[in-house]
Amino acid sequence: MLTHLRTMWLVFLHLFHKKATIQYPEEKIRLAPRWRGRIVLTKDPDGGERCVGCYLCAAACPVDCIALQATEDEKGRRYPEFFRINFSRCIFCGYCEEACPTYAIQLIPDFEMGEYARENLVFEKEDLLIDSEGKYPGYNYYKVAGLDAGVKAKGEGEKEDPPVDIHSLLP
Amino acid sequence: MPTIHIDKIPYAVKAGRNLLEACLGLGFDLPYFCWHPALGSVGACRQCAVKVFKDGQDTRGKLVMSCMEIVKEGMLVSIADEEAAAFRSQIIEWLMTNHPHDCPVCDEGGNCHLQDMTVMTGHNYRRFQYKKRTFLNQYLGPLIHHEMNRCIQCYRCVRFYRDYAGGNDLNVFSAHDHVYFGREKEGVLQSPFSGNLAEICPTGVFTDKTLKEHYTRKWDLTTAPSVCQHCSLGCNTTAGERYGTIRNITNRFNGEVNGYFLCDRGRYGYAFVNSVNRVVQPLLRHRAVESVDDVTLMEALTMRMAHQKLIGIGSPRASVESNFALMQLVGKENFYQGVTEELAYLEKRIVDVLGSGALHCSSLGEIAGSDAVLVVGEDVWNTAPVMALAIRQAVMKKGFLANTTVAPSPLDEISACTLHAAPDDIARLGFAIAHLLDPSVPPVPTASEEIQRTATSIAEALRTARRPVIISGASCYNEALIRAAYAIATALDPTERKVGIAYVLPECNSMGLAMMRAPSIDAAIERTAFEHDLTVLVLENDLYRILPAKKADDFFRRFKNIIVLDSLNNLTTEKATVLLPAATFADGDGTLVNNEGRAQRFYQVFIPANQHIKESWWWLWKLHTALTAASNGHECHPDEVLARLETALPQFAGISRAAPPPDFRIHGEMIPREPHRYSGRTAMLANLSVSEPKPRQDSDSPMTFTMEGYQRIPPSPLIPFFWAPGWNSVQSVNKYQQEPGGALKGGDPGIRLFEQKAGADRVLFTDPPDAFAVRDQKWMLLPQHHVFGSEELSGTAGAIGELTPAPVVALSPRDARQLGVVEGTIIRLRMDQEEVSLPVKIQEGLCNGVALAPAGWPGMAASNWGTWVNISA
Repeated sequence: MLTHLRTMWLVFLHLFHKKATIQYPEEKIRLAPRWRGRIVLTKDPDGGERCVGCYLCAAACPVDCIALQATEDEKGRRYPEFFRINFSRCIFCGYCEEACPTYAIQLIPDFEMGEYARENLVFEKEDLLIDSEGKYPGYNYYKVAGLDAGVKAKGEGEKEDPPVDIHSLLP
Repeated sequence: MPTIHIDKIPYAVKAGRNLLEACLGLGFDLPYFCWHPALGSVGACRQCAVKVFKDGQDTRGKLVMSCMEIVKEGMLVSIADEEAAAFRSQIIEWLMTNHPHDCPVCDEGGNCHLQDMTVMTGHNYRRFQYKKRTFLNQYLGPLIHHEMNRCIQCYRCVRFYRDYAGGNDLNVFSAHDHVYFGREKEGVLQSPFSGNLAEICPTGVFTDKTLKEHYTRKWDLTTAPSVCQHCSLGCNTTAGERYGTIRNITNRFNGEVNGYFLCDRGRYGYAFVNSVNRVVQPLLRHRAVESVDDVTLMEALTMRMAHQKLIGIGSPRASVESNFALMQLVGKENFYQGVTEELAYLEKRIVDVLGSGALHCSSLGEIAGSDAVLVVGEDVWNTAPVMALAIRQAVMKKGFLANTTVAPSPLDEISACTLHAAPDDIARLGFAIAHLLDPSVPPVPTASEEIQRTATSIAEALRTARRPVIISGASCYNEALIRAAYAIATALDPTERKVGIAYVLPECNSMGLAMMRAPSIDAAIERTAFEHDLTVLVLENDLYRILPAKKADDFFRRFKNIIVLDSLNNLTTEKATVLLPAATFADGDGTLVNNEGRAQRFYQVFIPANQHIKESWWWLWKLHTALTAASNGHECHPDEVLARLETALPQFAGISRAAPPPDFRIHGEMIPREPHRYSGRTAMLANLSVSEPKPRQDSDSPMTFTMEGYQRIPPSPLIPFFWAPGWNSVQSVNKYQQEPGGALKGGDPGIRLFEQKAGADRVLFTDPPDAFAVRDQKWMLLPQHHVFGSEELSGTAGAIGELTPAPVVALSPRDARQLGVVEGTIIRLRMDQEEVSLPVKIQEGLCNGVALAPAGWPGMAASNWGTWVNISA
């Protein structure tokens, strides 16, 4: 009897607590920037595609839901010819973001992806690519890589000496 | 066998090995760079350091480079020693100070020895704060991409390119930490073995340029053990597929055949599989709608073929299964080899020699280990490049080489003895050698003094040799050469030495086809002149490459129905009334017999999206069952075809053992074609249908098209890729070998169909031919093969096309003067039934009276070789 009354009292007290429920979708929940939601492909500060088609995200993906094909432009810059994520398989683990050596693939705080047809959850590159640097501004992979892909010439990178004159024997 | 103690545990190791080989052979993971089983040790990279202790009391020990230390009885070694491990880690850290941040865009990534070794030593964080050294790259041609920043100065590239393969245009320049590996000037790498640089380089300085066009990581490739289709040697390859196209060909180690290296034709000749020129649809010609579905096709075919006399034209580039399936369909008496009478005759002679068991036929491994090689007339460098590489290894180990060819060859520079002469004269030299070795061989009448002198010196070298190999082949279209090689090999006393013989044949399954002992295409032409109402089945063979166009046209005109099976469209497929799409090595299974008589299975790499593409033997079996109504819905497998072949043609006994049967399992598991890291399974086809299809089943082999299955080392004929924990690059082949550089575990794959027998009879006559006589205004037309462009499938497309030399007719300087032509003048070659105009090349060293024309060039039908032609300016 006493426990019943105690329970009713506790429930009554909840009337005066702050509400946990929000009026979604009119009201949106606040998600932290590092929240793992929809996956996007970002661009570097110069507006070029960050993805270099290294396949590491695809290899890291535990459900194998990323497929891409790398190709090269005439200057030798690698980019994905197609980049496909099957979100109907994705488990939003974020391993792809961790594996990405160029900050290209990022998980963003957005989960509103409900669809009636599974086919609509297959995202191609044009669906994934955003015109932003995402969470990691300022990074341009080709500026720190060794090769010349039209972004910087050999030896003009951040920590590079000018190209060696192979005809010289000076130390 | 000495016993060494590694970290206090005793192991028995092979004497004479170095410590690194011993450790790797025992399964230890010891990092290394500059050592390679084929190149040996130089001790340059300091990476394989281990501790060696003087005795049990010695606690300090000393660091030694294990690749420079020969194993000694009772040696006390420590790999795990802290100081040694720290030293190895420090070496990697130094190597990495200048290594660029390229892995994501480097084609070597995931297949990189430097990555593996860095992880192995534990170096993972860059402490070096200063700037990185950079280099400018060079253009090295269409096969190899150069990215010099990534170099770790291990010198493997120049040691392979210059010392092992004999190239001289790649070199090392500059000094100290600026050393630069490249060419003096930008340009195409000249060696036909340059593609191996991509595999020999432990990092991404040299990478496969054709792979860049459709780049795929090693872990994403569906791979299968394959056999090269581009010459008769049957080098073992690994073919990789992704998204329905072949992406690359890499070497598959076979100690008896190709070892660690391939030629560029084999490595880069795969473009035809992805070609737009593929036959993709069964066609019934002369109808409103020519492309048909399966039911209509089979109905039409049975209607056209039933109660018809069938004749079948086989092919030296189709598998044994396909040729035999055709023979079964049309009947033995109606089956013809798809080669000219002359070539069929030569190949029959070769099969006679090898089949008699009188001689041992040498594998490439044995050629590389021989101490005297005599090449009788064959242009090995161009017709069988990897054999030339094997010959070079024999010479590098202080072996003797005598190279006799029609035209000068790159092998001449390492030969102790060379001769450039007409095939008959080379054969006469051969018989003169045989006479010197065994006086019962008749002497060569009227031999010139030069021939006698050369013969004496070669005979002397062969007499002192313990493991001599005599090499000849069919490319000169001269029977006397084959007899001469046989005469020399049989003249050598086998009690004192192991004598070997090797014949080079034109195509990948020439030996398998020749062993069927069917008549040639000329016999078919003769027969069809009198018989009517015949239906011909042409199996993967472009008759316009072997017959003059007019003759081929005439031949085809005699048939109401021409059924052609082929993978690429060509002039013959244009003549077809029924065209069936045949599988290539990548989309089908089959067995090839190489020049040594070694039967080797190649496995389907992927099932093409196009369901019409099937192996020729599958089509032929289907036709067979449709005509005899005997199948009961039973599918046919290559093993069943081979089992029937063994019964029908006993010379093929044992061929079905070339590979494990399709129901072979290890612990109930099949062998996966995909590595366990294969990615994208749930997304690669999601654009077509979001539900993943059931994985494709393979009932023809014990391999799956997935990553599920037996994860450890499979039997040697079934190795789809080389991978071991911690060893992602091709260097992991060490783990698949009985000892580093030795045979694969379970023995090297392939079944030899010819074995040497005691007391075998003499099969060929040993009478020398008459000397070659120059004729007035007539030239003997001989083929000039080239690594690039002479072979049909590798063809003239893509990277191979860029390297195909412009077609020329080579004449000797005297003949050119006589004709009044200079280099580049267009001349007309008048052959039996056709005429070709080509520019002249004046070739020093070529004998008079001979004209060399490009083999495989359109309009240069194989039937013209060895004939006398007119030339006019």
